[in-house]
Amino acid sequence: MTRAVLLALLSHWHRAPLQLFTLIAGLALATGLWSGVQAINAEARASYDVAAATLGEGRYARIEAAAGGEIALADYVTLRRAGWQVSPVVQGRLGGVRLVGIEPLTAPGGIGPATENADIAAFLTGAGQVFGRAEALEALPGIDAEKVVAPDTAPGTVVTDVSVALRLLDRVGFDALIVAPEQPLGRPALEEIAPDLALRPPQAGSEVGRLTDSFHLNLTAFGLLCFAVGIFIVHGAVGLAFEQRRPVLRTMRALGVPLRRLVALMMAELLGFALIAGTLGVGLGWLLAAQLLPDVAATLRGLYGAEVTGGLRLRPVWWLSGLGIAVLGTGFAAGAALWRLARMPLLAAGGRRAWAMADARSARWQGGAALVLIGVAVGLALWGEGLVAGFGLLGAGLVGAALALPVVLGAGLAIAARLARGPLAQWFWADTRQQLPGLSLALMALLLAMAANIGVSTMVSSFRQTFTGFLDQRLAPELYIETADDDQARAIEAFLEPRVRAVLPLASVETEVAGLPVELNLARPDPTYPQNWRFLQAVDRPWERHAAGEGVLVNEQLARRAGLGLGDPVRLGPDTVLPVLGIHGDYGNPVGQVIVTEALFAELHPEVVPRRFGLRLDPDEVPAIRAALVAEGLPEGAITDQAAVKRFSMQVFERTFAVTAALNVLTLAVAGFAILMSLLTLAALRLPQLAPVWALGLTRRRLAGLEMVRAVLLAALTALMALPLGLALAWVLLSVVNVAAFGWRLPMFLFPWDYARLGLFALVAAGLAALWPAIRLARTPPAALLGVFANER
Amino acid sequence: MNARVLVLLCLPGLAHAQGFAGLGGEAGGFALPDPSVAPAFPDDHGAHPDYRIEWWYVTANLTGPDGTPYGLQWTLFRSALAPREATGFASPQNWLGHAAVTTPESHLFTQRLARGGIGQAGVEAAPFAAWIDDWRMAGPDFDNLDLAASGPDFAYDLSMSATGPLVLHGEAGYSVKSGKGQASYYYSQPFFAVEGVLRLPDGAVEVSGHAWFDHEWSSQPLSDRQTGWDWFSLSFEGGAKLMGFQLRENDAAGYSYASWIAPDGTLTPYVGDFEAEPLEMASLDGVEVPVRWAVRLPQREVAVDVTALNPAAWNALSPPYWEGPVTITGSHEGRGYLEMTGYE
Repeated sequence: MTRAVLLALLSHWHRAPLQLFTLIAGLALATGLWSGVQAINAEARASYDVAAATLGEGRYARIEAAAGGEIALADYVTLRRAGWQVSPVVQGRLGGVRLVGIEPLTAPGGIGPATENADIAAFLTGAGQVFGRAEALEALPGIDAEKVVAPDTAPGTVVTDVSVALRLLDRVGFDALIVAPEQPLGRPALEEIAPDLALRPPQAGSEVGRLTDSFHLNLTAFGLLCFAVGIFIVHGAVGLAFEQRRPVLRTMRALGVPLRRLVALMMAELLGFALIAGTLGVGLGWLLAAQLLPDVAATLRGLYGAEVTGGLRLRPVWWLSGLGIAVLGTGFAAGAALWRLARMPLLAAGGRRAWAMADARSARWQGGAALVLIGVAVGLALWGEGLVAGFGLLGAGLVGAALALPVVLGAGLAIAARLARGPLAQWFWADTRQQLPGLSLALMALLLAMAANIGVSTMVSSFRQTFTGFLDQRLAPELYIETADDDQARAIEAFLEPRVRAVLPLASVETEVAGLPVELNLARPDPTYPQNWRFLQAVDRPWERHAAGEGVLVNEQLARRAGLGLGDPVRLGPDTVLPVLGIHGDYGNPVGQVIVTEALFAELHPEVVPRRFGLRLDPDEVPAIRAALVAEGLPEGAITDQAAVKRFSMQVFERTFAVTAALNVLTLAVAGFAILMSLLTLAALRLPQLAPVWALGLTRRRLAGLEMVRAVLLAALTALMALPLGLALAWVLLSVVNVAAFGWRLPMFLFPWDYARLGLFALVAAGLAALWPAIRLARTPPAALLGVFANER
Repeated sequence: MNARVLVLLCLPGLAHAQGFAGLGGEAGGFALPDPSVAPAFPDDHGAHPDYRIEWWYVTANLTGPDGTPYGLQWTLFRSALAPREATGFASPQNWLGHAAVTTPESHLFTQRLARGGIGQAGVEAAPFAAWIDDWRMAGPDFDNLDLAASGPDFAYDLSMSATGPLVLHGEAGYSVKSGKGQASYYYSQPFFAVEGVLRLPDGAVEVSGHAWFDHEWSSQPLSDRQTGWDWFSLSFEGGAKLMGFQLRENDAAGYSYASWIAPDGTLTPYVGDFEAEPLEMASLDGVEVPVRWAVRLPQREVAVDVTALNPAAWNALSPPYWEGPVTITGSHEGRGYLEMTGYE
């Protein structure tokens, strides 16, 4: 019996191949988008992590020989015996592979490979062990150390014990000492115990890392939205198929097929579809990611000097999660239909009732649900806290708005119908209203797709604007230099004064404000600051007043934690209390920051002489000044061309932005596809409604034209609703989710031109989707239209 | 890699504390304690690289100017990957330091790791010096030592002077650890008078009190049924002292041992007579740990309650263990230190 029932069920798809296609394609596209975004996200993040982890580059402060060269073992031991928590690092090239030696007992956590099967005895003694990816290990020339495959090592890099690295590279000293973030109380200053060594603070790279985290989180949310759009399509297809099969189901039950078995078989059928579509989707996602990833990889290579494999690794977790989400999504989309089937009375009317023509009761139910969800969203926005509330707000708001769409559109159309003059116009509005239930799922998909696009493009563009601004603000000087001691600092500053446009001293002291740890920084009055710094809040002309010593500038983190607002007093010393003149965004900085004038800094901390300088000069003069500084005795390593760093950082992000733009186009395409499928499905059902109008004298061409207008009109109305929804979405991502996840708010910028362009795309997509059904209508043989009057349905 | 490194490093050799875990490996090529050879000083204050594990352990019961009780721990462990010493990174010796300060309200602890052979950590017999990084226990002779350690949120600097002799546990320093004969060399200096300064988050505190020093080395495994140990060093009013430990076994009564130390330093060993029974448990890091014990040594009419000064004296290192000051009430009064391992 099972076989017969299954054949009967499957025969439906044979008769309705378009529906089958919609179901499979919708699900596959949804899964594809989801897993594509996931793959890009995971791979990019893994690449950043791997690149950053090998050596903890950027994350930790480093100690290097002030004059360049090696650090002796004796210096390392001297520092350790003085209490400095440092760990030696040596690196070099061996057969084209970057060999990094670390000291595992003292290295800060997260440095070097972490493998489950590490054997510390084998790592530390005898010939030692070398950890790396298989291809890097293969490229190593013959060495006696045991090769251990560790996939989480940076590409082109192998890691080994420092003693093994010294031996293999034929070296005696270290390149640098990594400074652990936590240091004991009461250790002496570096210059007292090792005057030849210089401390280099962590690089700006770590701040960039925190920004990328935020970006990836938002991209994940976007992936989820893409999937929701797809699920709407599947929901429509599954629902329609179930309704159309009602007579078959009734007949089978009347013939004695138990309900339980029927439901089980239909679930099995759906599971089969979900698995097929899921597999297709994962493949699609993989193709998508593979297309977009090489760019990211290329840039990372430039940024970190470490090779990142451009190819994508097909991680089992990744494709399993793709399949899982396809099955779950199908279940979610089909749940309601299965429920209805299970409760269907045996002798229910077997009449073919188009599921699409939902009744008024379900419309009311839907409106009610929409109200409840929107209420929940508002409640969460007002009183919710934390990441879960943020995502809850996102979900409730989006689904609520989607459910509300048909109700709102219906009301709008009712008003239009009342205002319409002339029979044709009245018929047009009435017919549009009548068609609305059938199109509402596709329109909801369009709404979500557009809202997601508006939201994400706002997020991405705001992010880009903030990031660019932040880089400009922080890395404005063309060159940064670092001197080894106070004397050299004074000498170099005097040397530079007549040669460059401005010398900006940089110094930072850890102190406390309002019981919170803060870094106290200084700023010398210079046009650089007012030109580049953007404030979240500031008094009028903050830098002028700052230069006059009227107050201090604080970062957002300190302002939030200490509850500081403009004008609030900040106590910096027993007799030093100054008001806040401005609050600036300081993305990624974990601690508070206070910026004071050079004079006040010198007064508060006379012992600190600034040793780092930012130089403002004509970019063309950079090579000359650089050469002059080297001639003055400054080692190459102490001069940083920040412009280059900035360019690299921007390239990474520009490419990631390009990825999101491509994804935007895809989601719109999916929504357009949903409209096309809905219209095609409706076309056959609508013939009885169109035939009388045709019989009254409206040409088929005219009718087809009206169909097009209708689709574009509905899309335009949906687009209007999508705008506020998308902006709300962006607001939640930037101001709720980001604050909950990272503690700072990304400023939101508006991009009206982008939205206008997006709206236009949506209209074009809807128009294109309506084109084929319209052409089919224009070409419907008159006999078919006449047939409506001839046959009993 | 770090956390795992610690676990790996520690498994073949942690402490007094981890003495238990440390003893749990095959002797494979390492030297074994010999009951016919007693420790000789000052040489045996130094390191024994031929043995697998070794520790120098100081615990102190201190009092602040306002009468507040404090506890302090300073420990240096040596763990050898091979029974030899070499200079430079080729040395198979690894070192681990633990330091802690316990107050009635808080327990601060930290650790250090070091490679042998490069001078970052080590022990020299005479003049005595034991160090890892900036932590040190050193002095002109073994009766006068300075003790210092520092962490991110605390530091201390103390001077210790001996008011009594060294004592050798077991049979003249040969300390049996199980019924099957596994053993270590083990001696103590329980008579250190201490004074110095603790630097705590709330400020510096002048303290004085007494400290107990242990030095133990071994290579031999415990029986694999032994799951953990409870170690007590108790200093009674009147000058007598008691060191007792029991090695817990999963399916049988554990092995126990006690040293009764008279005020003049005369030591009497007791095998199997020392009893310790948990009276009250505390949950730390999701682990149930006894924080009040009934301790008995009937031969000396000892029947006391031993209560943790701060039940939260949990060293959340790898492996985690409990180490903290205790107060003694009952047949005898006094203060002491308690260490419990294997409650993971």
